[in-house]
Amino acid sequence: MAEQEYDVIVVGSGAGGGMATYQLANAGLKVALIEAGDYYDPAADEQRTQLRNPWESPRRGASTRRRPFGDYNSCIGGWDIDGEPYTNKGETDFRWWRGRMLGGRTNHWGRISLRFGPLDFKRHDSDGLGDNWPIGYEDVKPYYDKVDKMIGVFGSNEGLPNDPDGFFLPAPKPRLHELYFIDGAKKSNVPVYPSRLSILTKRINDERGVCFYCRQCSRACSIHADFSAGTVLVMPALKGGRVDLYTNSMVREVTTNSEGVATGVSYIDKETGQETTMKGRTIVLAASACSSARILLNSKSAQHENGLGNNSDHVGRYLHDSTGASRAAFIPELMDREIYNEDGVGGMHVYTPWWLENEKLDFTRGYHLEIGGGMTMPSYGFGFAANQYNEYIGERVGGYGNQLRDDIKKFYGSRLSIACRGESVPQFSNRCEIDPTVVDEWGIPVLRFDYQWSEHEINQAKHMQDTMEEILENAGGTLLGSKPGSDRQYGLAKPGEIIHEVGTTRMGNNPATSVTNQFGQLHDAKNVFVADAGTFVSQADKNPTWTIMALAWRQADYIVDQFKQQNL
Amino acid sequence: MNRRETLKSLLLAPMATGVIASSATSKINAAQARTWRALPKDYSYGRTEIEKESDAELFAEDYFREHELLTIAVLCDIILPSDHPNGGALDAGLPDFVEFMAKDRERYQLPLRGGIAWLDSYSLERFSANFINISEPERLMICDSIAYVDNQEAELQPGISFFSLMRNLTMTGYYTTELGFKDLGYVGNTPNVWDGVPENVLTKHGKSYEDEWLAKCVDQSKRDITAQWDDDMNLIS
Repeated sequence: MAEQEYDVIVVGSGAGGGMATYQLANAGLKVALIEAGDYYDPAADEQRTQLRNPWESPRRGASTRRRPFGDYNSCIGGWDIDGEPYTNKGETDFRWWRGRMLGGRTNHWGRISLRFGPLDFKRHDSDGLGDNWPIGYEDVKPYYDKVDKMIGVFGSNEGLPNDPDGFFLPAPKPRLHELYFIDGAKKSNVPVYPSRLSILTKRINDERGVCFYCRQCSRACSIHADFSAGTVLVMPALKGGRVDLYTNSMVREVTTNSEGVATGVSYIDKETGQETTMKGRTIVLAASACSSARILLNSKSAQHENGLGNNSDHVGRYLHDSTGASRAAFIPELMDREIYNEDGVGGMHVYTPWWLENEKLDFTRGYHLEIGGGMTMPSYGFGFAANQYNEYIGERVGGYGNQLRDDIKKFYGSRLSIACRGESVPQFSNRCEIDPTVVDEWGIPVLRFDYQWSEHEINQAKHMQDTMEEILENAGGTLLGSKPGSDRQYGLAKPGEIIHEVGTTRMGNNPATSVTNQFGQLHDAKNVFVADAGTFVSQADKNPTWTIMALAWRQADYIVDQFKQQNL
Repeated sequence: MNRRETLKSLLLAPMATGVIASSATSKINAAQARTWRALPKDYSYGRTEIEKESDAELFAEDYFREHELLTIAVLCDIILPSDHPNGGALDAGLPDFVEFMAKDRERYQLPLRGGIAWLDSYSLERFSANFINISEPERLMICDSIAYVDNQEAELQPGISFFSLMRNLTMTGYYTTELGFKDLGYVGNTPNVWDGVPENVLTKHGKSYEDEWLAKCVDQSKRDITAQWDDDMNLIS
């Protein structure tokens, strides 16, 4: 197998790699898809966690190191993976999430599928910080359109200036706690719209099912009614017969020849520990922003002394994650609820996009609001602090005996929470680089992170806290916990915790200040491409997946065209 | 009879003070705790091989001493007694669950072990015997003093922390079983078609759906018709 030369080697099977594989193979190219984790299909009963009851898990769904989002979460991986360390420099506390399975992190994500808007590609024009993208919304729009139609996303056309309309499936009706949120937001003059999630509320083709409202997209859907790259892109691509899938294969580096042109990759078969080389005419790295940067930095040769694509010293730089903060409230009016099935889809039915674009604030760039609550399935942690809200209704907290049953029912579904996700300002100094002294279990040098939030993110978090407090109170809520102050950076999540890392191989027209061109093609090696969020110049306050896929599709068209012109 | 059943029978049987401990020890030894070691037969919920191996190791391990387990069982039974149509903690597999969680999350081990020791020490001081060997009214007297978080008495704080942890584990352990689902009235986790909050619930809460909003929502009678759009992004099917 290894002697065969592929037209394209794709590294990573998540959103970017899945889309690259699907498009390139369907265009007739012979593709090798390399995935560091195992094969995964949520339709296979032995891998299914959807519709399991909590008592099937001895820990009742509690999180583990291998599944940080709970025992039933479909994503295998996390911030702490056996044999795959990373390090932090100085005071940095960066948390690096990795998925290790077919479909990568698309098995984990919240299906929030937001197009970047016209302003998001040109943020430097708004605030003078960072850089503009070399492309604009009009370049990506045709691909967003195609992604909408092919993959499916529900939402609504609102004609908003920086949250573009799309080809949406119809939205699910709001749940009760979401109606409380809507009313609270209205009092605060904050708009609310149907959320935009890639979940099929309506049939999109004959291969995939239609959502049956179990609220468990995080467990992966056995009828493929939500998007994950494995089920929606890779599996269909495999059917075409032009893709060879290599699982449990960890890429060490991109190999190059004496002209500095890439010849393939070397990878470790994790089951045998054996290192092998694979030949390919073109390499598409889609291992996730930091992993792709790591592969490039580890691909050193006489022609690429600083690592492949790194003549500019920009590989790993401008790393940035979304900002995040959250708050919750107890809603007394939601006590003693009538119980019915309100699972709904696996995520919020309503959300608030950034609504203060033109306001004068002490930070730049915005954030959106995500809503949580409802009568969710009991899982590990349910019943903890069973009657803590008694404090707010003048009753005693604690006790024992059958009265606790009444307390549980009294407060079930009475919590409303908000999570804010915002845009950070990309910084040259925030980066991942190779740690000179530490290697992983295959001897591959690991990443070291160097990352600090700036005053923009900290001030933004303060604004988030004020917003959440006001809306929750206007919704009739009693705020829970204490409001984090400056000593806790206003509850700002650690970098990496929101799992939206981008920017490490950013695109640009100037090879001295960027790693790739507008198609994700390395300035320094024309047959090497990056198809993950590493190419993002700035991240918007939008979850990156939809843009990763639009750009990967655009890139695939370019690669096919370059093949036709015999440039690759 | 497995260890869980043994504990339950011991706890439910009317017994004189002091009998529990010695009787428990011999019965638990006799049962050899087989069911606590083996993996449950229906142990298949999408685990990887590595996860299966590491869980098997946890099942094979014993953390608590028998005295500790018995104390945990007595406390679980006080927190959610079995004299209820939907059963109680012991019917729902506590304290097996507490032991599993203590093995799964090491950070629970010391608070639980130390908490039990604190409880015995306090019980010895007040009633001259370990917690499980005092009378039921005496046990409840102790629980009354450590079950409420507003109790400021400094001496009792370790006991209050411990009782809170036991209550958390007992409640979560119970409500994540079929008995707990029934007690709560939970009706989700099953395929269905969500079509909004029931009308009577909306009325009760003084909420309503705006027409403008509903126009954006799915018409569930057409959910199975393949989506089609016009060139202006309007859904037309």
